Amino acid sequence: MTDVLAVRDLHVGFGGTRRAPLIRAVDGVSLAIGEGEIVALAGESGCGKTTLARSMLGLERPWKGTVEYAGRPLDYRGSGLKGFRRHVQLVLQDPTGALNPRRAVYEAVAEGLRIHRVPGDERELVARALSRAGLRPAERFFARYPHELSGGQRQRVVIAGALVLDPSVIVADEPVSSLDASVRGEILALLLSLRDDLGLSVLVVTHDLGLAWNIADRLAVMYLGRIVESGPTEIVLGAPHHPYTEALLSVLPGRRPIVLRGEAPDPSRMPRGCRFHQRCPALADGRAKAAGVSGGCVSATLPVLAATEDHVAACLLHPVGLIPQQRTPGP
Amino acid sequence: MTLLDIRDLAVTYRTGGGELPAVRGVDLTVEAGQTVGIAGESGCGKSTLAGAVLRLLPATATVTGEVLLEDQDVLAMSWGKLRAVRWSEASIVFQGALHGLNPVQRIGRQIAEPILVHEPGTGAKAAARRATDLLEQVGVPAWRTGSYPHELSGGQRQRVMIAMALACNPQLVIADEPTTALDVMVQAQVLALLRDLVRDRRVGLLLISHDLSVLADACDRVAVMYAGRIVEHGPGGRLFDSAAHPYARALAAAFPVVGDRMSRLAPHGLPGDPPDPRELPSGCPFRPRCPEAVPLCAAEDVRLRPAGLDREAACVHVGVPA
Repeated sequence: MTDVLAVRDLHVGFGGTRRAPLIRAVDGVSLAIGEGEIVALAGESGCGKTTLARSMLGLERPWKGTVEYAGRPLDYRGSGLKGFRRHVQLVLQDPTGALNPRRAVYEAVAEGLRIHRVPGDERELVARALSRAGLRPAERFFARYPHELSGGQRQRVVIAGALVLDPSVIVADEPVSSLDASVRGEILALLLSLRDDLGLSVLVVTHDLGLAWNIADRLAVMYLGRIVESGPTEIVLGAPHHPYTEALLSVLPGRRPIVLRGEAPDPSRMPRGCRFHQRCPALADGRAKAAGVSGGCVSATLPVLAATEDHVAACLLHPVGLIPQQRTPGP
Repeated sequence: MTLLDIRDLAVTYRTGGGELPAVRGVDLTVEAGQTVGIAGESGCGKSTLAGAVLRLLPATATVTGEVLLEDQDVLAMSWGKLRAVRWSEASIVFQGALHGLNPVQRIGRQIAEPILVHEPGTGAKAAARRATDLLEQVGVPAWRTGSYPHELSGGQRQRVMIAMALACNPQLVIADEPTTALDVMVQAQVLALLRDLVRDRRVGLLLISHDLSVLADACDRVAVMYAGRIVEHGPGGRLFDSAAHPYARALAAAFPVVGDRMSRLAPHGLPGDPPDPRELPSGCPFRPRCPEAVPLCAAEDVRLRPAGLDREAACVHVGVPA
């Protein structure tokens, strides 16, 4: 499969001045999204998934590593970024916040066309984007304001605003978490059909593994700035290798929960060894010791997982897919 | 004696656009040591129902029916009596813990406040000690008692809200979307905490959520609400696995079971939106969205009818041999 959007050994941080400690939000991530592929990026708040998504949109500049679109590294000059953003569009979590309450649907969707000076009949392009997003007949929605729409319709308007530019990738950050249960499935079905009909690639950022099961071809699980496990969704969720993925899965309803204590450590103070070791159930219950890796868990630095379609996990209990260590210099 | 017995409760808001019936005749009971869930989407009336139990609704709401809390009708109580009942007999944990806490007061003080107000004999020191104990019970370290809300994580704030709700040893706790804004792992921690409280203190817990899969797991009984009424209720797990009402089925299907082949690459939604409560359709209010609607549905406003052992559902298809 051809990669449309990819990051290689990406590091993104904040702070690092005398007043604010360096927060390593993304601390070595390689990830690729293929043509017409839906990839879910899952993890808890603060794991760096939103920062990673923002970097893939060119909204954050990495201090190390590259973002590549269609095989070429991202050009961070104004004109280069503008061209890139036509191809890679963002859909946010809360459609009510993403839409200007004083602008009608038509204006909201046409805005991107005007910014990018897209030639062609504006009305026709807007109507096509709205009906692709499932708002039909599109003309009936032109003059409506956000407050006259339901939550699901608003999210469709936001998606239409992204589609109008004919992008090849959509990055959706928690696209359904503020929507009602019955609408959730409708919006997910829309993302799936956009992939099937238009060949769109989608990166969905979510904390919800059920969503990944619903629509994603591939799943990457993030913890504390790194991808700790990734692979085809059925395999990662069917037989997880990493104890963190195991725990996330176990707290879904109807399973025997492995409730992790506390919360993830502060990304300004990365723990030594495996960054999950302080909360790791496999280390706590002696599985790691029995396998003879417990010493490594608390001291060895794990290499970055390669961007691959195969099932890989950054865990010494399953040392498949770990690539040789490269030394990473500081910022 | 039933801890909470809601009988034919109806709530109507007066709005500029006319009367808005938010809850239209609900019967529900909660026993001590039992967890009862209410599931439904925005606007179905579930939060109004919760507010009505402690008369926390705005003045524009007209409430009829009965809310019996240990055999006393909350709706008929004097204000003085009602004040005594709130906190000490029943309390509410609201969603969005950041907004429920006072940002400029230390959390220990906030937990101690209801104790000082409702138990006048308690000294400030004793109340502070109890606040610290409560914090530890809900899994927040005791040294946090001097912290301000912004210094805590989302999960810790929600735990503080729960500690506060428990401060005066209520018999009934109402939790309105207590885990909605939280991460999955923190949500599991908070639900485990609530489960322990029900078991150890024998409180009755009324748990409100839009996520039927969570309720099915956490509750003894679950009621599904649509357009101001309960459309199905029954034991949590069985309701989730084999709902009788088409709406309850759609709600259950909206949250996929990871590993279930039927939902893999096939998200299930429900087209359409809930009806405007001011303009309910004739007959069954779910009819316009229902995939199984028949002509009878437009004529008959179905009420709950038996749907198997210990279950009821409000659908014309229920109880009819196929």
